[in-house]
Amino acid sequence: MSLFVDQESYFRPRTLDTLHYHHGLSERLKALAASGDFPHMLFYGPSGAGKKTRITCVLRQLFGAGVEKLKIDQRVFLSPSKRKLEINIVQSNYHIEITPSEAGSYDRLVIQELLKEIAQTQQVDLSAKQRFKVVIINEADSLSRDAQAALRRTMEKYMSNMRIILCANSTSRLIAPIKSRCLLMRVAAPNEEEMMTVLKYVAKRAGFDLPPEAGEKIVEDSNGNLRKAILILEALKMQTPDLNGPLSIAKPDWEVYCYKVADLLVSEQSPARVMEVRAKLYELLSHCIPPTIILKTVAERVVEKVDEALKADIMHWAAFYEVRMRTGSKKIYHLEAWVVKVMSLYKVLFRLLMQNPFD
Amino acid sequence: MASNFFAARTTTTRPTTKSQVIEPALQPWVEKYRPKTIDDVSAQEHTVAVLQKTLTSTNLPHMLFYGPPGTGKTSTILALSRQLFGPDNFRNRVLELNASDERGIAIVREKIKNFARQTPRAQAVASDGKTYPCPPYKIIILDEADSMTQDAQGALRRIMETYARITRFCLVCNYVTRIIEPLASRCSKFRFTPLDNDSAALRLSHIAHEERIVIDKPIIDALISTSHGDLRRAITYLQSASRLSSSTNPPTKIQPADIQEIAGVVPDSIINDFASSIGVEVEGGMDVDDEPHSKKGTFDHIKKKVKYLMREGYSATQIISQLHDLVVFHPTLDSRKKSNCALIFAEADKALCDGADEELWVLEVALRVNKVVS
Repeated sequence: MSLFVDQESYFRPRTLDTLHYHHGLSERLKALAASGDFPHMLFYGPSGAGKKTRITCVLRQLFGAGVEKLKIDQRVFLSPSKRKLEINIVQSNYHIEITPSEAGSYDRLVIQELLKEIAQTQQVDLSAKQRFKVVIINEADSLSRDAQAALRRTMEKYMSNMRIILCANSTSRLIAPIKSRCLLMRVAAPNEEEMMTVLKYVAKRAGFDLPPEAGEKIVEDSNGNLRKAILILEALKMQTPDLNGPLSIAKPDWEVYCYKVADLLVSEQSPARVMEVRAKLYELLSHCIPPTIILKTVAERVVEKVDEALKADIMHWAAFYEVRMRTGSKKIYHLEAWVVKVMSLYKVLFRLLMQNPFD
Repeated sequence: MASNFFAARTTTTRPTTKSQVIEPALQPWVEKYRPKTIDDVSAQEHTVAVLQKTLTSTNLPHMLFYGPPGTGKTSTILALSRQLFGPDNFRNRVLELNASDERGIAIVREKIKNFARQTPRAQAVASDGKTYPCPPYKIIILDEADSMTQDAQGALRRIMETYARITRFCLVCNYVTRIIEPLASRCSKFRFTPLDNDSAALRLSHIAHEERIVIDKPIIDALISTSHGDLRRAITYLQSASRLSSSTNPPTKIQPADIQEIAGVVPDSIINDFASSIGVEVEGGMDVDDEPHSKKGTFDHIKKKVKYLMREGYSATQIISQLHDLVVFHPTLDSRKKSNCALIFAEADKALCDGADEELWVLEVALRVNKVVS
C-alpha cells in the first residue's frame, strides 16, 4: 500500500489542472507549455512546497502521458584520475533527470559529458509532441561553481535540442549568469488556509472527516511543508482512527533529542554539563543528522527559554558558528564552541543580575 | 550618436543562410539580436572605435576583454571575427572555447597548440558575394578565461608568443585579476563598462519594435533597474515577460510587476514591511498595520517575519541586497548607523557565499540592523 502523498487517488496531482494551490502559477506554466516557445526554467522555493510536483505536471503537459514511463539507469563516468563515478539517472523517452551533486566535486564532469551527449542528439521519435528533450537538474543549488560555469554556454548553444529545468531550494548559491538565462519560477510554501483545504481534500478522498482542531494542529506543526503535513495526517489516522480527542503528534526522535540538549544547556552551565552535551551531540551526528539542522533546532529551543536580552546574541553566535562549520571540516568543534559560548553568555547575564538586583 | 549604431543595419543584414537549424522564432532573443557587426555593439564607443581601425588595417593585437556580464564582450569578438573572415572562412579560422569545454592544461597543450600552429588555410571564396578582409591569421577565443586554471594559463604564455605571426588570441573574462600577469601583459586590454541607461533603453525598444510587442516607459525602467546594466539579463527578462503575456488568452499587457517577479525581486511592499518591522522607518509607509508599536522590534516578532519571508521562498541574497539599498539610501538615518549596517550586510554576503544557512543569516541581519538603528 502506498502513502497518501504518493497516490493519485488521494492527493498527488499529475496534471497542471489538478494542482491544489498557486493557480496563477499553474496557468502560466500551462500557457508556456502550450506556446511552443518553452524557456529554460528555474524552480525555487522551500522544501515541501511542491516544486517537483509542478515540474512533473509541466512535463506531462508538454509530452503527454508518455513521460510517466520511467526507467532508472545507472551511468558510469570516469574522472580524470580514472576513478569511477556512478550516477543514477531517471529517464523517459522525453526527459532525463539527474542529481549531479551525487558525484560530489566531480559534478562538472557529469554536467559536461551528459548534457553534451543529450544536447547533440536530436529527438528521434517523430511522433513526439516537442522537438526538444528536457533535462531536470535536482539540487541545483549544490552544484559547484565550475559545474555552473559549464552550464552557461551549453544552455545557449543547444537551445534547439534541449531545455533545462533546474530545481533548487534557493537562488542564492546560483551564479548570476545561470539565473539570467532561466525563467525564474518561485514556488512559495502554501499558506495555512491552502494547507487546510488540501488536508480536507485528502481526508475526503480517503473517506473520513477531518475535525478542524486536528487539521489546525497538523498545519501548525508542519510549518509550511505540505509533504510533512500529509504524512502526519496519515500517521495520525493510523494511530487514532476517528481523529477525535487529544492528539499527540509524534515528533521525530532526533527532534526530541535536540530538545533534550537544549534543556540541558539552559538548566545548568558547567564543564561537566558541556561534556554531557558533547556526548549527545556526537550521538546526533553519528546518526547522520545534518549539523546545521542540529544547531538550528537546538538554538530555536534555547531561545524560547531564555531572557529577551540573550535571544539576539544566541542567534548571532549560532549564525556565526554555522558559517565556521561550513568552512571548517570538523563539525563537532563548532557545535561545541557554540554550546560553550551560550553557556558563558548565560552565566555572565546571570551574574550581572545577581550583582545589581535592583537594576 | 548612439542611435545609429544599430538602427538600420540589423534589419538589412539579417542572415539568410539555409544552414540555420533553429527556427528564428524559437531562438533566444539574446542570440537572435547579437550584434552582426561591431558597429551594432551598443555603448562601448571607445572599444568599437579602436577595433574599427583594426578592421581597415587588418592587423590585430592579442586582446583581453574584461568587464561585468552582459556588456557585449563575447558579442564584440564574434562580430569582429565574422566581419574579418566572413561566414565561409569563419569555421576554420576561429576556435572558440568556453567554460563548458574541458580546458585543463592537456587541452591547452594539444588542441590549442595544434590549432595555433596550423598555417591558415587559403581563403575560400565568399559565397554571399561580399569581400572580406580575411587577414592571414587565425583567432582563438577563450571565453570565460577567468575560470581557466593557473597552470593552463601558464601553458598559454609561450604558445601566444611563438605563434603570434599566424594566430591571435582573444581572452574574454569578467575579472581581469584572475588572469595571470604574464598573460595580461601580452594582450592589449579593453574594458567594457556597464551599459548606460539610454543605450540599454534604446536597444530594448529596438528589440520590442522588431518583435512587435508594445512596451512603454515604466516597463523599460523596470527592466533596466532590475538588470543593473546587464543587457543580456534585460533582454532575457523581456523575452520571458513577452512569452508569459502572449501565452495567456487573450494576450495581456506586460506589467512592471511581471518583470519584478521574473527577475526574482522581492516586491517593494514586502521589503518595506520587513524593514519597518526591524526598526528602519520607511518613507510613505505610514503605520497602517494594526499591530501595536511596542511589539515591533521584539525578537519573536522579527523571527516571525523572517520565517514568513523564508516560507515565501525569496532568496536571502536578494532580500539582503534590497534591504541594503533601502538602508544606504535612507533619508533620515545618520552616516554612522548606515556604515554599521553596511558592515553587517557585507558580513552576511560573505557568509551566504560560503554556503551558510539562509534563515539563520537573514535573522542575524535583521536582529543586528534592528540593534544598530534603534
